[in-house]
Amino acid sequence: MAASHTIDALSQFKLHTALGPLGASVNFTQSNLMMVIAGVVILALLYFGMRPKAMVPGRLQALAEMSYEGIMSMCVDTIGPEGRRFFPLIFTLFFFILLGNLMGVWPYAFTFTSGIAVTGALTIFVVVLVTIVGIAIHGWRFFSYFFPQGAPVALSPLLVPIEILSYLSRLISLSVRLFANMVAGHVMLEVFAAFVVMLGAAGWIGWVPAGASLAINVVLIGFELLVAFLQAYVFAILTCIYLHDAVHLH
Amino acid sequence: MEPAAFITAFKNLGAGAAVIALSGVGIGIGNIFAALVSSVARNPAARERVFGLAILGFALTEAVALYALLIAFLILFT
Repeated sequence: MAASHTIDALSQFKLHTALGPLGASVNFTQSNLMMVIAGVVILALLYFGMRPKAMVPGRLQALAEMSYEGIMSMCVDTIGPEGRRFFPLIFTLFFFILLGNLMGVWPYAFTFTSGIAVTGALTIFVVVLVTIVGIAIHGWRFFSYFFPQGAPVALSPLLVPIEILSYLSRLISLSVRLFANMVAGHVMLEVFAAFVVMLGAAGWIGWVPAGASLAINVVLIGFELLVAFLQAYVFAILTCIYLHDAVHLH
Repeated sequence: MEPAAFITAFKNLGAGAAVIALSGVGIGIGNIFAALVSSVARNPAARERVFGLAILGFALTEAVALYALLIAFLILFT
């Protein structure tokens, strides 16, 4: 928090071991704990959502069915009919990242997607998978992806390295997008909360600006919820777009 | 000035310079939603299809804003 006129915004991301001595022995941090909780929550929602099996679904079953249908239509609309095979991957990615982003909004919880290690791992997995899918479906013709059809052959020494570079830059852009969104959101929350404390300690004239800062913090929490959904959706739809490129080679 | 204050001063200046890039992002996001409003006004039936693309475009442009913000934080805090 605030100390000696500087606001310490980044120490909230420091990882400590959770679960006492059991966690300390294997370095099980609060990030890992939140990931386990996210997995359990998703599985529980799906299991208890589909247990009633009613023709006219109740609220929980409607939630499970709508989430299935939404992700399936995203896959099929973006990738085409072959998209059905990738549905489990996209569903897992979307809901894991969504719950990672959302759970961090809760006080004293930790956003596991706010670490570049986690988002980087997910991104490396997606990019390597997309490349392997492309090579598995098309063989060595996959590398014709880097030479777009209709481009003059004379330009290829310039065009192909640029295409390869932009393909590799997906590794950075996909991971840093999610990571920076989450870090920036939480840093802003911390900074405005520190303003509230610092202004409140400044005497009675500080109360009005402190109240305004608190109101801004409330609006920021709402914005964080929006960004959580948006970033999960963007990660999933970009994975679908990359898979479309790999499956259809353009 | 002793070196520590010098470094802090220039860190703050660097962070301030890094966020100038956000002006371009503001223009870009404004462009996206201007196009969305004008296309929905021409063809209200296309609203759901165009809205999905607009949200995707917004998130991709916002990502560039956050790359700049990330550099600013890196300059400021490390």
